[in-house]
Formats: sequence, C-alpha cells, structure tokens
Amino acid sequence: MKLAVCINHVPDTAAKINIAVDGINIDKTSVTFVLNPYDEYAVEECLRLKEKNGGEVVAVSLGCDANKETLRKALAMGADKAVLLKDDSPRDSSSVAQALADYLKEISPDVIFFGKQSVDSDSAVVGTMVAEMLGLPSVSVAVKLEISNGSAVVEREIEGGKEKVQTSLPAVFTAQKGLNEPRYPSLKGIMAAKSKPIEEIIPAAAQPKVEIIALRKPPSKNAGKIVGTDLSAVPELVRLLHEEAKVI
Amino acid sequence: MKILAVAEQRDNKFKKSAYEVVRTARTIADQTGGEAVVLIIGSQVQSMAGELGGYGAQRILAVQNLKLEKYSSTAYSKVIAEVVKKEQSSVVLLSATSMGKDCAPRVAVKLDAGIGSECIALKVEGENIIATRPVYGGKALTDIKINSAVKVFTIRPNVFTAGTGSGDAGSVEVVDIPLAESDFTSFAVETTQASGKLDVAEADIVVSGGRGLKAAENFKMIEDLASAIGGAVGASRAVVDAGWRPHSEQVGQTGKTVSPTLYVAIAISGAIQHVAGMSSSKYIVAINKDKNAPIFQTADYGIIADAFEIIPALTQEIKKITGK
Repeated sequence: MKLAVCINHVPDTAAKINIAVDGINIDKTSVTFVLNPYDEYAVEECLRLKEKNGGEVVAVSLGCDANKETLRKALAMGADKAVLLKDDSPRDSSSVAQALADYLKEISPDVIFFGKQSVDSDSAVVGTMVAEMLGLPSVSVAVKLEISNGSAVVEREIEGGKEKVQTSLPAVFTAQKGLNEPRYPSLKGIMAAKSKPIEEIIPAAAQPKVEIIALRKPPSKNAGKIVGTDLSAVPELVRLLHEEAKVI
Repeated sequence: MKILAVAEQRDNKFKKSAYEVVRTARTIADQTGGEAVVLIIGSQVQSMAGELGGYGAQRILAVQNLKLEKYSSTAYSKVIAEVVKKEQSSVVLLSATSMGKDCAPRVAVKLDAGIGSECIALKVEGENIIATRPVYGGKALTDIKINSAVKVFTIRPNVFTAGTGSGDAGSVEVVDIPLAESDFTSFAVETTQASGKLDVAEADIVVSGGRGLKAAENFKMIEDLASAIGGAVGASRAVVDAGWRPHSEQVGQTGKTVSPTLYVAIAISGAIQHVAGMSSSKYIVAINKDKNAPIFQTADYGIIADAFEIIPALTQEIKKITGK
C-alpha cells in the first residue's frame, strides 16, 4: 500500500503572533516552528496503515528549506521517504493544493493523508481541494478509519455527533485530533532520519487567486470588572449578566 | 452581484447557520444591486424550502433526489457547482459547518474559484468583496480579496445575524441536476447525534472547564451550570488531553474557535492558545482562584474564588432567572 502524508511547518500553538512590518506576514523572529499538530495524527495513521498492510509512507511538504526540519520529524517517526516541494513564493490554498496534486499524481498513492487544517492559515481546504484536483473521493475531519478490500469506512466529526462515511480507494483523508495517539520518535528513528535523503522538487509557479490585503491583531479586550472574591459575588454576577449584559 | 447561498439542512431541518447564510447573501445582494438565490439540497426539501423567503431569499432552488438524503461530498459539490454555472452566480456562500467546510473546497476547484474560509466579515468594496477571517487560531485577522471570476466563501456560524423570519413563504423552483453512480464515490451511511446536545461552535452560551476542576467527575458541576443557563459544555486542551472530556468540546487553537454571546471560563488559566479560540465572544466571565490567571485579562466579569464553592451557588442563582 502506497501512503502519502502531506505535512506543514507552522508556528507552535504556544507562540505569540506579531505582525511583520510589511503588514501581510507574521514576524518570524523568535517564533518556534513545528510539525503542524493535526499532521502528527496524519503521519501516525499512515504509519499504522503501513504496519498493518505493508507498503511505504512518503511525507511531502511544500515550502522553504526550513520545512526540512518538519520532514525530518516525519522520517524520525517512521516515514520511509521525504519530499520537499521547494518554493518560497506566497501561495493561496488553491496554488498549494495544485503543487501537491501535481506531485501526488505522479506517485499515485492508495491513501493520501493531511491534517484537518494547518494551524497557521486555518483554512482547512487544501486536502479536499487536492482530492478534487485528482478526481478522488475524500473524507475530512476523520476520527476513525477502517480500510478493507479497496474501500474505507471513516467516522468524521460533525456538530454534536459523528457521521460515518463510506468511500472507495484511492482517497484523501484529513485527520482530526482523536484519530490516534501519535508516537514520539525513538532515538533510533531520530538517528536514522538524519541520514535519510530529502528529495527536492521545484513545483510549477504559483497562480494565486486570493490576495492578502492585510494581517492584523484582533481588537484587544480590556480586562473587565472583578465582581468579587467570594460567594457574595454570585448574585451580583448574575444581576450583571441579566441586566447589564442582557445575556441571560 | 449574483449570489448563490447554500442553505444546509440535516434530517429536513434547517440550522440557525442556514438562516445566517441566507440573510448574509441578501445583504450583499442589496448592497450591489444583485440577487440572492438560495439553494437547498436533499431528498424531500421542496416543502421546507419556502421558509427561507422570510430570511431574504429572492429565489429558492431545490435540488432533490432520494440519493441526496444524506451528505455526499462528491455529489453535493457537483450539484452546487452545476447550479452556479446555470445561474451564472459570481459569489457562492456556504456555512462553515462540518458539511460546508467539506464541500466548499471541491466547489471552488470545480469552478476555478478562489476560496475564503470561516469568514467573520464580508464587506462590499466596489466590484469586489473584502473578507475578514481569523488565522493562527484567532491570534490574528486577515483581510483577503479573491480575484477569480467566481468567489467562494464559507462564513462562521454565530457571527452573522440571521434576524427573525418574516413568515413570508418564497416560491420554490425545483431544479434537476442529473447525477450518476460515479458521483457518489464517498457518501454518508449513518449519522449519530447525541440528542439535544449543543455543539460548542454553534451554541449562544458556552460554559467551559479547565484543569483546576481536578477530576473528570467534577465536570458534573459544569454540565449542571450549562444546562441551567441553556449552554453547551466546553473544555480546555489540558482537560481533553487528560481524557476527561471528548475532543469535540475543546476550545482553542487545536480545538474549536467559538464566538458565543456568553463564554464562561471556569478554572481555566487562559493559555494563549485557549484565549485565541474564545476571545471574540461577546461577553466573557472568568472564575478562577488564582488572581494572576491570564484569563482575567480578557474577561468582562471575573470572580476570584474557588470554582467548587462558586459554581453550585451560581447554578442555583441562574435557575431563579431561567427557571430551568
């Protein structure tokens, strides 16, 4: 079984985000970048599928040289091969998806995994776009996956419940937290990852359809009123919510 | 602009987000001298679709087919794209729900359109729309412009106003979009929903608990308060990672971003990734015994005290008002 996992290199969720002077990018100074948290579930699921069915796991990332660090993490977890689609130019979701789809078409995997969204742009669209570009079915926000005889049954999270989806293979899946418990890379894995080569491919030039006009901090909230420090604050809080805020 | 809004239904019921998408389409249509056309997809939806007229739909299209009873990413996206082509719409609006977010990327690719997801504001500017959307889990906002002929937007539930329906029933046109077996390569076979359970992302009021609650069983207190106030239960990442609560309840950067009218944070310190996911709530209440907890920096009302002491009393006091 050929498995591909598309991964991204993103600011750690604990990072403070500051805006760069250009007003459309973030200031990367002193921001730690990590493997996108949702992609960890995607890598783990591919490794488990390989352990069960045999095959090969290829990790793919689009971006600059820094993304190699994230590709190495996937290799350390157990991916067999890593590919960097090397491109520094600004891309929107469509042009990211196009570059990934162009590469994936060549290797035609049975299963393609993404994290359900990248915690930088938070668009949650690239995985499903790639599926459409390749003419493949897809299931997003997967929390459970079972594969047998060329088809898959997947549970995806929906508002207040779950939806069970059946799909043929090859297919694209996007991973939600809860799909599995990602492994930590072993020392042996980390050492082995250092010597595995990372293939570099230059994708076709981007043709973005979406333009970023501005990036800004959300309006800051001022600290409000401390209503009290003991039980006597309770009736006053309820009164404020009822009469001042009018929310209950 | 000619807008096509997709009004989502599940089990032949509209969610509030469906009304929001219709009203938003109408607002843009009015500002641009365009038309708000609403599409509803399902097995038997013609009779229910008329209601959308009361929310501003100028024309209502129903595509119905027994095979469309449950959601299929491949088939629903085909229906939407075909209707957009027929109608020559230039803007497609969907709700940023589990269905809308799954469908919209396919619609965009089929129409060679750029996409803006989870928008929280859409502003008409000349011939175009400037969309605002949160990024980095809500730590920043970005304004974007789509330059393709067709533009696809998903809008975050609970942010745009739906208003109340006027009760005017619009007339419904049934549209036939032929579908083949090959259009259903993935399809839902079953949906399970906890009955009456509100989702944190859709609820008007969210009551969240954090690690300060010490144990999974102490969330009973949070559930009781949520039920008294008519809200959904939320949780911090620490609590979900500890296995006390399901991930579907997690609020924050690797959980859900919420914008309810009232957010109550109980025994939550207010880590940056959590605050990013709830700071756009209209009113925030924090209850924490640590007076230095960062959560107080974003709260409108705070009580510095032990949650175990405060919450049962708060629940009782709220019951007096809500009568629940």
